[in-house]
Amino acid sequence: MKQRSSILDRLFMGLVFFFLYAPIFLLIIFSFNDSKSRTVWQGFTLDWYVELFQDSAIMSSIYTTLLVSVIATVVATVAGTFAAIGFYNMRRRWRNPLITINNIPMMSAEIVMGVSLCLFFVAAFGLFGTAAQWLNNTLGTNLPTRYYLGFPTLLIAHITFNTPYVVLAVMPKLQQMDKHLVEAAQDLGCTWRQAFWKVIIPEIKPGIVNGMLIAFTMSVDDFVISYFTAGSSTSTLAMTIYGMTKKRISPKINAVSTLLFVTVLILLVIVNVREAHQAKAKNAARS
Amino acid sequence: MKNRLSLLAGPYVVWMALFVVAPIFLVVIYAFSSAGGGFTLDNFAKMSTYWVVFVRSFELALIATFICLLIGYPLAYIMAKEGPGFQRIAMVLIMLPMWMNFLLRTYAWMSILENTGLLNQFFQAVGIIDLGNLINGWLNNLCAGLNDLLGLSLNTARDTNMEYFKMINTSGAVVLGMVYNYLPFMVLPIYSVIMKLDHSLLEAARDLGASTGRVFRKVIFPLSLPGVLSGITMVFVPSVSTFAISRLLGGGNELLLGDLIERQFLGSAYNAQLGSAISLVMMLVVLICMYVMNRFGEGEEQAVML
Repeated sequence: MKQRSSILDRLFMGLVFFFLYAPIFLLIIFSFNDSKSRTVWQGFTLDWYVELFQDSAIMSSIYTTLLVSVIATVVATVAGTFAAIGFYNMRRRWRNPLITINNIPMMSAEIVMGVSLCLFFVAAFGLFGTAAQWLNNTLGTNLPTRYYLGFPTLLIAHITFNTPYVVLAVMPKLQQMDKHLVEAAQDLGCTWRQAFWKVIIPEIKPGIVNGMLIAFTMSVDDFVISYFTAGSSTSTLAMTIYGMTKKRISPKINAVSTLLFVTVLILLVIVNVREAHQAKAKNAARS
Repeated sequence: MKNRLSLLAGPYVVWMALFVVAPIFLVVIYAFSSAGGGFTLDNFAKMSTYWVVFVRSFELALIATFICLLIGYPLAYIMAKEGPGFQRIAMVLIMLPMWMNFLLRTYAWMSILENTGLLNQFFQAVGIIDLGNLINGWLNNLCAGLNDLLGLSLNTARDTNMEYFKMINTSGAVVLGMVYNYLPFMVLPIYSVIMKLDHSLLEAARDLGASTGRVFRKVIFPLSLPGVLSGITMVFVPSVSTFAISRLLGGGNELLLGDLIERQFLGSAYNAQLGSAISLVMMLVVLICMYVMNRFGEGEEQAVML
């Protein structure tokens, strides 16, 4: 792509970026609006931020979101890394169908994943209930016979849709790895465990980190699957926002958006500046 | 020794069997069973009443996907021509909105499209709404004249006293919401494919005398097709199955498949069997579309997903 872009190209690009960002900036501006209206400007205030931090429903849903995202990311990263190494060492006959199944949660519509997990949990709870009833009757135990969707089911759902992304991020790193590295390490007297920790893991580390980041963002961002698997008592931030947009309009939503936008912006700037520095350092070292 | 490492996948294989395969089997079983539990095809028969919703969902999703392609392809192409510094910033700018929850992005459009919303305020201030009333008046007169003259029955009752344009709660608003939310999914795969193109191919084409337009038509576009296909998939699947966008921007008037499924599971009209049947048919239609498209494009799309 050697040719330079024309003014028309730049103009088009500017228009698209305007389309992408104008709504977000309007959202941010109206988070400082001294009125309940989201369309008429009445003056500057920070009241909505104060109210936001006093809103226990929002605060507890942020806590739930972070908790489920962190646990699900950790579990998915470990499980996905092991799974990818396992898949890589399988025969093709086994590997290909398993990778296809692994891709199902990513390829299918989110609502289908949510609905199928919801059905599954409800059916499983029915079975648990019957089993508990039987145990109570025959052994005189006092197990609960009714179970409800809640944090555990939410967590299972998040792990289920996170792990495929980790597998997908780690697999290419395994394929790029020199096959003889492990053999060389063993020839030099390494045990299997040492080969695993000192050779394979360091080689695929960028893939693991990448997968972990994708999993975490997917978890924080998810709405549809959480909506079907969290039940009525547990609520993630996205679910709370959905509830708020449905019921009544509150500039608190604008305040949440602003805080999220600023957080993401800062993170992205840090990551990019670091990458640019690393690239520069590499070039400087070379010359 | 290969087998020993392959055992590491064991726990995850069990997990997938439990929480991916079993739930999908359950959906299939529910779709073919009655409320009492016996085998039945009633759920599929009942779906014929929702034919309109199927058509509307696929229609809106197709329009949204097409608009995304129309905007996304040129954008990706232009981005790929820029210098590396510019590209880095452009990539961040494309990805940044994706990291905000799509509900918030949709909510932003609610305040813009409302009847008393920002866009209508702007139109009012600039006088576009008066202009619209004026044009409607002219059209009414013109149609009335034509009706008298030629005996037609054209519409002469266009509103000439509009105070706002009706934008929210229309299917146009739903399509806009889809395009706005899923445009980055179209840009990113196309961009990554164009960036990976072998430059010597382009040089060879130019050396052999092809014009810029011809290089694009004969070399760049065919080679970027895998990216296009993957972009289409990534926009179409969430668009056709959405329920929040249609709820927020369509105001419940524009029921989509997602809304229909959601109502069967969490709404007042609880009917898990019917909901499963609708989900199953929706996924089958999507899968068939994808299959046909991949055949057509000799799909390499999964390689592009990364």
